[in-house]
Amino acid sequence: MKQRPQFRTIATVAFLSLFLAACSGTDTKEQEAAAAAAAEAQAAAEAQAAAEAAAAERARAEAAAELRRLEDAARMAGNVVYFEFDSSALTEAGRAILDKQVALLKKTGASVRLEGHTDERGTREYNIALGERRANAVRDYMMVNGIPGSRLESISYGEEKPVSYGSSEVSWSQNRRVEIK
Amino acid sequence: MKRSLRRWVLSCLFMLAMPVRAELVIEITQGIDNPTVIAVSPFAWQGVGLPPEDVAYIVENDLYRSGQFTPVARENMLGTPSRDEDIFFRDWRMVNAQYLLIGSITPGAELVADFALYDVLKQTLVIQGSERAPTSDARMLAHRIADRVYTALTGIPGAFATKLLYVAVTPVPGEKDYYELTLADSDGARPKVLLASREPILAPTWSPDTKEIAYVSFETSRPAIFRQNLTSGAREQLTAFRGLNGSPAWSPDGKRMAMVLSKDGSPDIYVLDLATYQLERITRHYAIDTEPTWMPDGKSLLFTSDRGGRPQIYRYDFVTGLTDRVTFEGSYNARARVAQDGRNVVLVHQQDGDYKIAVYDIETRRMTALTSTDLDESPSIAPNGSMVLYATKQAGRGILAAVSVDGGARFNLPARSGEVREPSWSPYLPKRP
Repeated sequence: MKQRPQFRTIATVAFLSLFLAACSGTDTKEQEAAAAAAAEAQAAAEAQAAAEAAAAERARAEAAAELRRLEDAARMAGNVVYFEFDSSALTEAGRAILDKQVALLKKTGASVRLEGHTDERGTREYNIALGERRANAVRDYMMVNGIPGSRLESISYGEEKPVSYGSSEVSWSQNRRVEIK
Repeated sequence: MKRSLRRWVLSCLFMLAMPVRAELVIEITQGIDNPTVIAVSPFAWQGVGLPPEDVAYIVENDLYRSGQFTPVARENMLGTPSRDEDIFFRDWRMVNAQYLLIGSITPGAELVADFALYDVLKQTLVIQGSERAPTSDARMLAHRIADRVYTALTGIPGAFATKLLYVAVTPVPGEKDYYELTLADSDGARPKVLLASREPILAPTWSPDTKEIAYVSFETSRPAIFRQNLTSGAREQLTAFRGLNGSPAWSPDGKRMAMVLSKDGSPDIYVLDLATYQLERITRHYAIDTEPTWMPDGKSLLFTSDRGGRPQIYRYDFVTGLTDRVTFEGSYNARARVAQDGRNVVLVHQQDGDYKIAVYDIETRRMTALTSTDLDESPSIAPNGSMVLYATKQAGRGILAAVSVDGGARFNLPARSGEVREPSWSPYLPKRP
């Protein structure tokens, strides 16, 4: 779009050159040569600009595609990591999920809340402490993998916010978790 | 920090109008063997119209709930005397009553209840007396009479004229749960919502003078400790540290508050001076230290720690600065509460995989399970040390339940609707002048 006025200028310059050449008759050849060189230089500059723009566009598209890919990967992995009973040790599966989340966080530079939860067994206040230990395990893993601690906040709800309300291992295993929000 | 510590928020006016959904219902499940049979004759009303409350019925239910008494049903009474000269002891022996309580209530600037307790077999007066209360507080009048009867017949001070705090939770499908911090009489009557929130409320506790409460609320999207005056409704946010802000516990002299903070890394016990807002760190350990509770003399604190690998009860001594382990039996002992005798400690104890309420005698080091259910938690002991109120689950629903410290008497306190948890039994209310 930008190039159109320039083409008009070139056309005007070329026309004027020809007109002047026809009128004067003496320096015609030199003027013709100069005009041709100018037109050539102009064309080359334009081609380069267009190429650069295309490259930038390509890079932008690639970055967007990369972000989309990271977002998709993070979404596929999920934003919840699960824990064993009375444990704050990250599992293999948990680390795999966090790797995807860390890759995305590195790209976006976003800050997140790490919400620690436990199952209903044991006392409420002890479980709040256990939930914080889980959230901190996730925080420490993310920090080791390059996310600054200033972008990570651990909050523990203990057993106060279950996602599954039953009193069996099926429910409990879903409730022992850290949500990355 | 100091400025935010001193930030007072008046926010309770709107709470007065809130409807109460989580009223408790009492279901007595077990009394002691050979309970004392007592007849409480309906109290005479000396005013016009109807009395504000059936005082005799409230007294009778208080005594029944203790598990130590069986009341004589009204339909079996052969007479309903309210004056000494109207008593025929033979009538009461025929219904196997061992004791008889009569009384009358006179209205005026205040309600005045005169009562007399008789030994039916000996045909003698045990105690007589009177109690006064504002007309709006007839229930408290009844609870105080029950306390005096209980004290006279068991030798143990009564604790019916006390209050309960608990958290009621109403699940809202597709939305966040609805939390209500509730205050009620010791029999669950007259519930009043002190704070309502869409975010968790937990760990409610009493100031020793019963004028204030403290609790943890997530209303700011992070846990914070608040104190609230029960008369004025004024609230103060005491803490807003990074990490945990939990387990508030007033010192017996009311001047300090123990709490759990994780601002310095792992959860540790701190003590906040409520006059100067100076914060003192009590424990320094990378393990979890939580759930502090004061010994009645204020010279030491019990708390839960997993520094030995599993949660156990430890004691910090303010005089020596030393910490020693208190419980050894079982793989999980947590959230201790101490009776006023400084000896009986009620706690959550894991046995055969189940979480039960147990009583641990600090002197004999004997652990006795009081409950046989699972998922029992948050034990709170009556100020007279006789009953333990706790939270458990019944058919998947959170309810309150009570058991006597000797395990002989039990009752459940489910809510009419929704779930209830985190009970906290008040200290004795101040004596009226």
